[in-house]
Amino acid sequence: MRVGVITFPGSLDDRDALRAIKLAGGDPVALWHGDPDLHGVDAIVLPGGFSYGDYLRCGAIAAHSPIMSEVVDAANKGMPILGICNGFQTLVEAHLLAGGLIRNDHGTFIRRDQKLRVENIDTVWTSGYTQGQEITIPLKNGEGGFIADDETLKQLEGDGLVAFRYLEVNPNGSLNDIAGIRNARGNVVGLMPHPEHAVEPGFGPDTPAAMSSGTDGLAMFQSVLAATVLS
Amino acid sequence: MTEHIPDTVENAAATPDKDQPFGLLGLKPDEYQQIREILGRRPTSGELAMYSVMWSEHCSYKSSKVHLRQFGQKVTPEMTKNLMVGMGENAGVVDIGEGWAVTFKIESHNHPSYIEPFQGAATGIGGIVRDIISMGARPVAVMDALRFGAIDHPDTSRVVNGVVGGISFYGNCLGLPNIGGETWFDPVYQANPLVNALAVGALRHEDLHLANAKGVGNLVVLFGARTGGDGIGGASILASDTFAEGGPTKRPAVQVGDPFAEKVLIECCLELFAGDCVEGIQDLGAAGISCATSELAANGDGGMFITLDNVLLRDPTLTAEEILISESQERMMAIVRPDKIDAFLAVTTKWDVEASVLGEVTDSGRLIIEWKGQTIVDVDPRTVAIDGPVYNRPMEYPAWLDALQADSPAKFPRSTDGDELKKQFLAVLGSPNEADTDWITNQYDYYVMGNTALHTPDGAGMIRIDEVSGLGVALATDANGRYCQLDPYVGAQLALVESYRNVASCGATPLAVSDCLNFGSPENPEVMWQFARAVEGLADGCLELGIPVTGGNVSFYNQTGDVPIHPTPVVAVMGSIDNVARRLPSGWQDDGENLYLLGVSADELGGSAWAGAVHDHLGGVPPRVDFTAEKELAGLLGAAAHEGIVTCAVDLGTGGFTRAVADGVLRFGVGARVWIDEIVSRDGVDVTAALFSETQARALVSVAREDDVKFRGLCDGRHVPVLRVGVTDKQSGELEIQGQFSIAIDQLSSVHRGTLPAHFGPVVGG
Repeated sequence: MRVGVITFPGSLDDRDALRAIKLAGGDPVALWHGDPDLHGVDAIVLPGGFSYGDYLRCGAIAAHSPIMSEVVDAANKGMPILGICNGFQTLVEAHLLAGGLIRNDHGTFIRRDQKLRVENIDTVWTSGYTQGQEITIPLKNGEGGFIADDETLKQLEGDGLVAFRYLEVNPNGSLNDIAGIRNARGNVVGLMPHPEHAVEPGFGPDTPAAMSSGTDGLAMFQSVLAATVLS
Repeated sequence: MTEHIPDTVENAAATPDKDQPFGLLGLKPDEYQQIREILGRRPTSGELAMYSVMWSEHCSYKSSKVHLRQFGQKVTPEMTKNLMVGMGENAGVVDIGEGWAVTFKIESHNHPSYIEPFQGAATGIGGIVRDIISMGARPVAVMDALRFGAIDHPDTSRVVNGVVGGISFYGNCLGLPNIGGETWFDPVYQANPLVNALAVGALRHEDLHLANAKGVGNLVVLFGARTGGDGIGGASILASDTFAEGGPTKRPAVQVGDPFAEKVLIECCLELFAGDCVEGIQDLGAAGISCATSELAANGDGGMFITLDNVLLRDPTLTAEEILISESQERMMAIVRPDKIDAFLAVTTKWDVEASVLGEVTDSGRLIIEWKGQTIVDVDPRTVAIDGPVYNRPMEYPAWLDALQADSPAKFPRSTDGDELKKQFLAVLGSPNEADTDWITNQYDYYVMGNTALHTPDGAGMIRIDEVSGLGVALATDANGRYCQLDPYVGAQLALVESYRNVASCGATPLAVSDCLNFGSPENPEVMWQFARAVEGLADGCLELGIPVTGGNVSFYNQTGDVPIHPTPVVAVMGSIDNVARRLPSGWQDDGENLYLLGVSADELGGSAWAGAVHDHLGGVPPRVDFTAEKELAGLLGAAAHEGIVTCAVDLGTGGFTRAVADGVLRFGVGARVWIDEIVSRDGVDVTAALFSETQARALVSVAREDDVKFRGLCDGRHVPVLRVGVTDKQSGELEIQGQFSIAIDQLSSVHRGTLPAHFGPVVGG
């Protein structure tokens, strides 16, 4: 199964996402923002970073990259799309996901190992978790505060579109502690924390068992592989 | 607007007596005279601008050169056998095996960081990262060594927030993990903070690139950001000048950084290297085009012809002289074969990086620069870049030093009371220089790239270089201005052995050194004496340890008014480890493991954290250095890590046993029962010294019970003194110093972690 990772100018975690796909058992494919061709991939990850230096608004310019019209078409046809951090911001700017992301309420960039609850497992990116599972994956952002108007928020909550929620600490002032959301169809998911940084023992968050041994993010990439094999 | 007519070579020859403002540009009268003699005429205004920046202290090392030579002289063939590139290039390059090489360097950005903390620190990261790219390497991590004024001074928060914000902004946007560093607070840095940034990069041996312009007819290409008016005179005016009270504000001279442009430039350069599009490359930092053209030419075939009109400008009103010395960031200069230029430009176009061909390499022995059809520069590039003035400045033993050394902390009472010792224990751990730095490091991304094996708060940072074999490198930076104030020779060596021990404690083998030497004015003979002693100490120490200095940076004029900073030579040690899976964290995680103290303890409290935190005192002499013991300890730790018979190692540095045992507990929140009676009886020291002495060549390790016999055997075989001093205790939730006091981990944590937030604001989730 081929999973593409799009590199925009200023993408930073693209190589990490490619590695995560490989560790999950998929075939990672590097895609370039300027090349409007998905090269036959079965799923797509929009990685973290500061595409276009976060100029204008985070993800706003990337959302208009040549490849993004292909991504929007594919998403509307049901292709699995995951947006991580800047990738989440880009999906929101491309109107594939609802709401918006603003500057953290405390005003600074924050990096921490963040506890989350998986709120919805009926998506191609979360099916490998159990409903309500608590996971810890790294969070690192300056503009991760999730916002939405009351109606949208009500709809997200009412329709079960909240995919991940912050536990214990809300690190950026996100409304309803929302860390990640899905679309109605369940093929598009975006979240601020970084599952691709918790996929390999020795390089993830600390756990009570051992230093840097946290791999709670791996299931996200395994989910999509399993989902696509089944479909 | 009248058009600025630049001074031409023809004009300079015709008007020999024209008055030139060399003094305002930082040149001394005899230096100006020397330039006239070299040229056989007066310099043009462009040449004067070039010489003035390139002969500044910052660029020419004119006051330090005679001392720095020791780093090249005090070496053995054994020390240099892994050195692929030594001092003098943008950064040293060390062979770490398996076809991999590592390049690393630490550099200062002190003065800009006081004037404009955010941009000053940000561009410090940007500059050092470009040095690493210039060697052909992919940057893989950064670190920073910071010194601020008193933590409770009203201006400190401005500088701290700005500097940390700048490093966070720039480093995070570049996608480089920030894996360590250190932060100190001391009033001597109040109006002169130190921002020393380190970058490390990895490359395959065959990818090595150098900064030289070879091959007549090859093209000189400037690429990256456009040239603007920022940072004009930044290096020469800022770094060679002391902050005088009431002087004009210097803000416009600080460069402004754009990490997005730099990130794109990194990827663009790596693709250019991969496509074999580049013969030689140099980054543009201090002195901009002046530096890049003269250094590339001087280190290559000796000549270069440049048409300055081809420089892409952000501000079309810039004069030729300003273009020559602008320090606009995120620019590189490459030497490209004519048949490769199309491929080169295809790569830059792909990355939306602007490039322009400025000229070509010649063998004329002259750097000739034309502007609007006229020659405005015609110089031998060696006279600009290499053969600048060299000063053997006067030195003088500081008049105050004997009295300072005589004022030993031995005069303070030593308590044996458990409650009082507990109070002192917490005072040391909560003191600004020993306190936890989460408030700072939580703003840095250490996850990006997915290869970070160790990071703050571990004693060293570690990065996996080869994802298949697990080969990696470890890095630590250390400096102790308090020790250096008491004895700059020993103080510099103490920074070296501390950094060396940090690298060894994580299981790596120390290989090489980079240093950033921060001092006051070289025109002050006492400062010059401190500098000479520190360099001598460092060079002698590197020879003793058998690891070479591969490069670094000197920062003088760190003072306000007449008061210099404490001498602060920051020493970075880099080591390798054959598989990062064998690394050791600086804390224990499992229950029921034995804790062993390696090395012996003496009563050495001069310049210590205890003297500072408990008695607000700086005096006496710093701890002794024992290189043989350091090497034996490092060898033992490396072997123990390799064989997997220790589970953690914490080196003993400032704060001594106190800091080490607290670090060990707090790393994973696992308690311990510790006894110090045997330290007292074996080493003949009192309880205060057992807890707080800063005797070197010591480490605290945890060993699983099943490896006990093996571990003791290893210590005996390697002649490292070993003493069982405790046991880890997961259930107790406390640190117990038996017979003295107990502290709940929560209390320990809140004291250690509360200091910075109390002054600068809460830690998120903290």
